[in-house]
Amino acid sequence: MEQLNGHQGENESLDTEDEDEAVQPPLKQSRSKNDICNNFRVDSCGKTEATSTTTGGGSVIDERRTSNSTCRQRLDSLRKNRPPFPWFGMDIGGTLVKLVYFEPKDITAEEEQEEVENLKSIRRYLTSNTAYGKTGIRDVHLELKDLTLCGRTGNLHFIRFPTQDLPAFLQMARNKHFSSLHTTLCATGGGAYKFESDFRQMADLQLLKLDELDCLISGVLYIDSAVSSPSECYYYENPTDPEHCVQKPFTLENPYPLLLVNIGSGVSILAVYSKNNYKRVTGTSLGGGTFLGLCCLLTGCSSFEEALQMASQGESTRVDKLVRDIYGGDYERFGLPGWAVASSFGNMMCKEKRESISKEDLARATLVSITNNIGSITRMVALNENIERVVFVGNFLRVNTLSMKLLSYAMDYWSHGQLKALFLRHEGYFGAVGALLELLNPS
Amino acid sequence: MTRLSRGTRPMFTSKMAAECQRVDRSSHSMDKSITLPADEIFRNLENAKRFAIDIGGSLTKLAYYSTVQHKVAKVRSFDHTAKETEGEPLYEISMQEEVTARLHFIKFENAYIETCLDFIKDHLVNTETKVIKATGGGAHKFKDLIEKKLKLRVDKEDEMTCLIKGCNFVLRNIPHEAFVYVKHADSEFRFQNTHPDIFPYLLINIGSGVSIVKVESEDKFERVGGSSIGGGTFWGLGALLTKTKRFDELLQLASKGQHTSVDMLVKDIYGGSYGSLGLTGDLIASSFGKSATADNEFSKEDMAKSLLHMISNDIGQLACLYARLHNLTRVYFGGFFIRGHPVTMHTITYSINFFTKGEVQALFLRHEGYLGTIGAFLKGAEEDTPPMLPHSLGTTALSHPRFDPNQYSWGENYAGSSGLMSVSPDLNPMQRTRSGTFDMLEMDRLERQLVNLPLLQDPSSYIPDTVDLSEDALAREYWLYCFEEALDGVVKRAVASQPDLPEAAERAEKFRHKYRHKLQTLRQQPFAYGSLTVRSLLDTREHCLNEFNFPDPYSKIKQRENDIALKYFQKAIKSLEELSWEQRQFALVRGLLAGNVFDWGAKAVSDVLESDPEFGFEQAKRQLEERPWLVDAYDQWLERLKGPPHKCALFFVDNSGIDIILGVFPFIRELLCRGTEVVLASNSSPALNDVTNSELQILTQRIAAMDLVIQSAVKEDRLTLVQSGSSSPCLDLSRLDKELAGVVRERHTDLVVIEGMGRAIHTNYYAMLSCESLKMAVIKNSWLADRLGGKLFSVVFKYEVPPSHKTTTQDHVPGTPS
Repeated sequence: MEQLNGHQGENESLDTEDEDEAVQPPLKQSRSKNDICNNFRVDSCGKTEATSTTTGGGSVIDERRTSNSTCRQRLDSLRKNRPPFPWFGMDIGGTLVKLVYFEPKDITAEEEQEEVENLKSIRRYLTSNTAYGKTGIRDVHLELKDLTLCGRTGNLHFIRFPTQDLPAFLQMARNKHFSSLHTTLCATGGGAYKFESDFRQMADLQLLKLDELDCLISGVLYIDSAVSSPSECYYYENPTDPEHCVQKPFTLENPYPLLLVNIGSGVSILAVYSKNNYKRVTGTSLGGGTFLGLCCLLTGCSSFEEALQMASQGESTRVDKLVRDIYGGDYERFGLPGWAVASSFGNMMCKEKRESISKEDLARATLVSITNNIGSITRMVALNENIERVVFVGNFLRVNTLSMKLLSYAMDYWSHGQLKALFLRHEGYFGAVGALLELLNPS
Repeated sequence: MTRLSRGTRPMFTSKMAAECQRVDRSSHSMDKSITLPADEIFRNLENAKRFAIDIGGSLTKLAYYSTVQHKVAKVRSFDHTAKETEGEPLYEISMQEEVTARLHFIKFENAYIETCLDFIKDHLVNTETKVIKATGGGAHKFKDLIEKKLKLRVDKEDEMTCLIKGCNFVLRNIPHEAFVYVKHADSEFRFQNTHPDIFPYLLINIGSGVSIVKVESEDKFERVGGSSIGGGTFWGLGALLTKTKRFDELLQLASKGQHTSVDMLVKDIYGGSYGSLGLTGDLIASSFGKSATADNEFSKEDMAKSLLHMISNDIGQLACLYARLHNLTRVYFGGFFIRGHPVTMHTITYSINFFTKGEVQALFLRHEGYLGTIGAFLKGAEEDTPPMLPHSLGTTALSHPRFDPNQYSWGENYAGSSGLMSVSPDLNPMQRTRSGTFDMLEMDRLERQLVNLPLLQDPSSYIPDTVDLSEDALAREYWLYCFEEALDGVVKRAVASQPDLPEAAERAEKFRHKYRHKLQTLRQQPFAYGSLTVRSLLDTREHCLNEFNFPDPYSKIKQRENDIALKYFQKAIKSLEELSWEQRQFALVRGLLAGNVFDWGAKAVSDVLESDPEFGFEQAKRQLEERPWLVDAYDQWLERLKGPPHKCALFFVDNSGIDIILGVFPFIRELLCRGTEVVLASNSSPALNDVTNSELQILTQRIAAMDLVIQSAVKEDRLTLVQSGSSSPCLDLSRLDKELAGVVRERHTDLVVIEGMGRAIHTNYYAMLSCESLKMAVIKNSWLADRLGGKLFSVVFKYEVPPSHKTTTQDHVPGTPS
């Protein structure tokens, strides 16, 4: 492995001077030949847009430029300066696909009449179920009601399914003639690139690919501002005192500078200075995928929920070697408390101990190791970047109070109270929300 | 590496070693049947004084201070107040016993502790020692055993403090201690120059967990952070995942695996690279990410590899974050996770490069495994009252109320140290487990404290050696062959130097065996003692000769040559004085070069000299190459001489006999006449036929007696003799006697003359000085001459003026290097 600049000469756009273009992942320039012109959204102004953007989402421009203005569009949307329904935002990650769907509740009779059958059926299918197929799930508790988006009022739904089931999803989209709706599917995450051709070939769908970090940040900022009750942002009070550790709402106004730690399969750490000014400081490959992957190998479990369940019943101190296991107590010379983990899985060097622990212990130790490690790297980045506010997002934190409390504790303890760990209720969906926003307000 | 024989079964092959090992692991009683080759491992135990022990998870490291008694050649001037008697040598040589201090460090598997303690108990004569300093995780486990066996009180010392102390000690005293690991390079190890100031640095100790320590000075260090994901995580988690128990086996598995089947890569998510962030497709996005979704089985090798990457990358990332936070660029890695394992050195190096984009280099240490025990030993030494030091060197030691090893300079003894073992991953894995091998490090206390020559232009980038043989395979091949070829002659001369000692022949054979073994080791592992150089080969030979009590095989030859040359001195001066100024300047340089032909160290010359003892000075001059020389800056030098005299010249002299007496003395005599003060720097102890400081004292006296210029210069302190602090035929300007440095500074030295192949070609050819310098030598080796584009007896005359001086002497363009 060596670090390349990702410059893919043969796939480079030929019709642009924009530097951002050159470092984008490969774009398929051949689609206008292959595709029968039908499903492209036309820009709201009714002509192809060619203004440049600086968000790094260079591919967006390219998509729009190749859009075909002969496509039909609904008058309503054109008039109101908004895209036609359905409104989706999609984030295709390494492990999970996150989908947000805006269900308009202010549909007029006229609209109702105009609404094509396919669209109606999709709306009904999505809103009347909470589970789709074997693995698709709608997180009902996250649903945002009476949200006003682009002048329309409705509910925002949050749906997820494993990335490996994407083919089934595409099959469904094909069966439901999704492509006939002439919508643009805004997608982010690596899968938007990896599966672009599958979308086209299997479901006749054209993706508008968006940068995942742009989407993540706009999603976070939007949800935090749009949702007032219950507060989107929260933290744990008294993280070092398990008895009194409680979740408290937090107002994230004037959030900058902010460290945004996105824990998906892997981890990205972003320093955000303003809405449009951020950088990816670093990342680590020890993330949610590592937790689940190791748990599967160590315990034979097969889902994140199962792994978390086991972890909640285990005892990591049987697996880990603590400072007190080595020094008999605190290592005072260096101010290390006896309870601190000296070596994750350190006790497993010893055969007898390997034989004395349970699967639950292993799951717990895995969770603790991964979580503490993320905390540790985050803390160092915060120090290096001189940022005191840290927001943790990503699906690793879903129903994972254990990790959130651990992170809160680690941030607080090792920084002597300097750092505060913040969390957001819609932990893993911000990329998808950002993608939806891009559909509504193209930057 | 010394291999122990177990019981009656000697371990000759690695396969047998593997079998023995398996037997050993199953039955503990086997360990007791080990017979230790006593004198080869726990050497000088009878005088051992201060013990320290570091017991780790699998290896024990023992340290002790001892004294070594060995022969030294002393010269003493006869009383020459009366008229010189014909045929009488001008000084006498006598062999004396001298006692010097030596530190012994021995590393062995924990399984041998009991046997070793028994052995120590049986051989420990000294009863003054009451305490043994102990450190390491296993120290408490063996506390009772040690106290029972040795009757010494176990005094536990903080592990990290010992580690840092040890680290400071090796960085300061062992040149080429630190190296960078380059997996696919011709030589995997790139040794680093010892920076004059070793602080500040970051030490990342990867044991079962990770400790990150910032070291700012000898006594100031701080554990700035750490991580629980370390060697124990690799071992523990690896054992769970692969059902493989041993750490080494896990590493072996990892080196054969493919992590891409287990890890989720950027391209698994993106289909390619994540271009806008510069993340390539091959980067790991999520360690073990594929094992979460795929149902297939994963191979042990692949999982081990993935785990290794995960842990190495994580540690590397944290190390970089800490390095950046504390603004440090020197980052050393140690701990059992690293210890000589090429696999982990490579992954850590890779990770550091990735995360710092090459700004920080991962550094490793040759004696990393010894740091704890060295530190524990030093801790004990600091606390002790001065030990009963032998009188021969008691004066310096007793002047300090406490015996602090840090007040001395120490040197790695190449004869007694095992050197870095081969870590080629292609080697038989069982060979790498080191079972049954005892690794040793011996360090001699140097009589003088060594420092940089103050005139080095940039001490931190100074590299003494001209060619790094570890990186130049062709040159290495030649020189190893050359030294092996010369071995017979060295043995012969060693025997001849001690005609009165009947067992000399036997000792000489032992020397032959030892040095040949060293050469063989170096052929296999050129990196064993740092970068392999002609200097290190020469020094190793000197160490081996000393080891077997041949302190000065050339003493008699030197004596004879000095006698002969002295007789010609006045005649030589007279004929020089008859020349015109300009003719004389050339004759002086030519004489110096001709004198330098007389070098017994060079094979070509020793052949001629042995077959034709009448080979004289005049003949030598005829042998010299005619101008223009191979490197010829004589015209510039002559121009310079027309200018104002130098304030003070420092002259590093080379051979005895004709070289020093008929070459150097007339040359410096001219300098003295010009009004330049002269400092003659000669070796502190013998090396080949190089003139030693004590010999030079006598010679100078004798010359002063017959030459007024020299006489008044000595009297008026315009001619000074200093020791270089070295006992090598080569010259390391970063390790010179502190006194020399003082004299150089006091006298405002503005000219440095370096003479001879060892000092001016093999070393220092590219050395940049902050004052004018002359480097002169006759190439007496046809292979080297060939390399430099010349032929046998080609002349190098390099005159250099540092850039800053050019404004004042702008006409004098320095000689251009070939």
